[in-house]
Amino acid sequence: MFNFIILIFIYTAIYSLLAMGQNVITGYTGMLSLCQAGFFAIGSYATALLSVKCGWNFWATLPVSIGLSALFGLIIGLPTLRLKGDYLCIATLGFGEIVRNILINWMSLTNGPNGVQRIPMVKIFGFAINPRSRNWQYLIFCAIWVLVCYLLFERLARSRMGRAMEAIREDEIAAASNGINVTKYKVAAFMLGAGVAGLAGSLQAELILSVMPSTYTFMLSVMVLCMVVLGGMGNFKAAIFGAFIIEVIDYLPKMLGLTSVLPPQFKQILFGLILVVMMICRPQGILGRQNNALRRSREAAK
Amino acid sequence: MSFAEFFQHFINGVTLGGTYALIALGYTMVYGILGFINFAHGDILMVGAYIGLFTFNALRGSQDFGLWPTVAFFIAMVVSMVFCACLGMLTERIAYKPLRKATRLAPLLSAIGVSFILSNTAAWLWGTQSRRFPKPFEDQAISFGGVSVTPHQILILVVTVIMMVAMQLYVAKTRMGKAMRATSLDQDTARLMGINSDHVISLTFAIGSALAACGGILIALDFTCYPTMGTMTGTKAFVAAVIGGIGNIPGAMLGGVILGLLETFGVAILGIPTGMRDTIAFVALIIILLVKPEGILGKAEKEKV
Repeated sequence: MFNFIILIFIYTAIYSLLAMGQNVITGYTGMLSLCQAGFFAIGSYATALLSVKCGWNFWATLPVSIGLSALFGLIIGLPTLRLKGDYLCIATLGFGEIVRNILINWMSLTNGPNGVQRIPMVKIFGFAINPRSRNWQYLIFCAIWVLVCYLLFERLARSRMGRAMEAIREDEIAAASNGINVTKYKVAAFMLGAGVAGLAGSLQAELILSVMPSTYTFMLSVMVLCMVVLGGMGNFKAAIFGAFIIEVIDYLPKMLGLTSVLPPQFKQILFGLILVVMMICRPQGILGRQNNALRRSREAAK
Repeated sequence: MSFAEFFQHFINGVTLGGTYALIALGYTMVYGILGFINFAHGDILMVGAYIGLFTFNALRGSQDFGLWPTVAFFIAMVVSMVFCACLGMLTERIAYKPLRKATRLAPLLSAIGVSFILSNTAAWLWGTQSRRFPKPFEDQAISFGGVSVTPHQILILVVTVIMMVAMQLYVAKTRMGKAMRATSLDQDTARLMGINSDHVISLTFAIGSALAACGGILIALDFTCYPTMGTMTGTKAFVAAVIGGIGNIPGAMLGGVILGLLETFGVAILGIPTGMRDTIAFVALIIILLVKPEGILGKAEKEKV
């Protein structure tokens, strides 16, 4: 039971990284991206393949994993972000599926549907963290990453760049006419979101010690989106909070031994309901900001 | 590649594209009027295929082929179209109508939620295994000088052409069609002119969903029914709508056929492995967005404040 709770917290940590990335893209800049799973997969596979096939250290694979995800963010972002936002979600949905397709079909590199096994554990100063027998250590390891990213993102949100992103979300044309380079900030937001998803992918690979393409489905992307929507868009604390709630929902049936009573699709149906109900009843999320002066004045004008 | 072979791939591509076009119509109509991507459209297609399958199995009896199963097939198609039309209106009423005045992102997120609810409820109720849709008539290929056409392909072509012509006439000639066009141009002005735009939007969802049900059944005949069949097919149909020019009805048809041809020829000529077949649609999407973002038949629109 205790192990189980720690596991939920570890997953919360990994998924809050994904959710914070999604929050930069969707919550701050107002673009709907549906391929966090794709970047997550790229990060996982970068760490897994480099450490198993080339014998690299985890710390050496990490920059590659983050950089590669961000690079793919740039490649997918440049052509699509210059256009109207709605196309982005289809293009990103497609990208996520293409990544999974490649992972399944490129047998010689990724070992296809079987994935990569026996990934070496993370070592800190020569001391290996075993995510199974000493999972609380792994939890601390992940929590440090979440804290670092949280502080960086909070700093970012209060910077010139964060304000530019919010301006783009509120009104793209007005932002552009105030001299904000819309494409530049959109691509930057997309790369940041992708990079942090790559980091989460590396942590996931080190937690399970194996990677399989079946983990990185569209369902995962929607789950991450759910976390951001539930917590509250445009708020990094809320993204972490949302990740925690979704992870608890994810593991609650298993923890209470209800897996035989509830249908296996129960969680997914619940996630769908969360999206619809939140949008209708509380679009700003549980911890959403309510001091949005701009929107209030706009509503008053109507 | 011989001429017969080329023509064979051409026929296969056009029939595949015909089903994409039917589904693309629903996307394009909703996008034209409400300006958002109805993610749940693909899942309505899946529900349509299942309802069609169940009705057909219940009506068919023991007879394998013959007159009655063919009639039963068309009855099943109509039942499924009516069911999906109601389902489409229901989802619009519950999940999208309260969000008309919300931010641009809200209906999109809500649509993803609806899509998730539909596909997972289907998986829960009907199981995740894929089911074969029994052929309503003998599927013996007819050969024309080396090119073989199955009756099933003829069925797809005939149904698609009938639906499209009916659709085009409806939108272009009838009063309700005119109301639809007016609403898609400017919802508020249309309302001032006495058009009940809520009715028009409901009707748009009903028609789009009925066409999706029809497309779903035709696709299920070709492949199989499974709860997630709508996600990929729906996404590709959306790509077809974008290629033709979103919001444009003839564009959806053209885009569907082009995408169907690209897929069959991509596998046959360029030798793209079948596992990577779905990639073709997305590459096509990115290319069209780069070269001509308004689509082949679409008109370029400048965003205004």
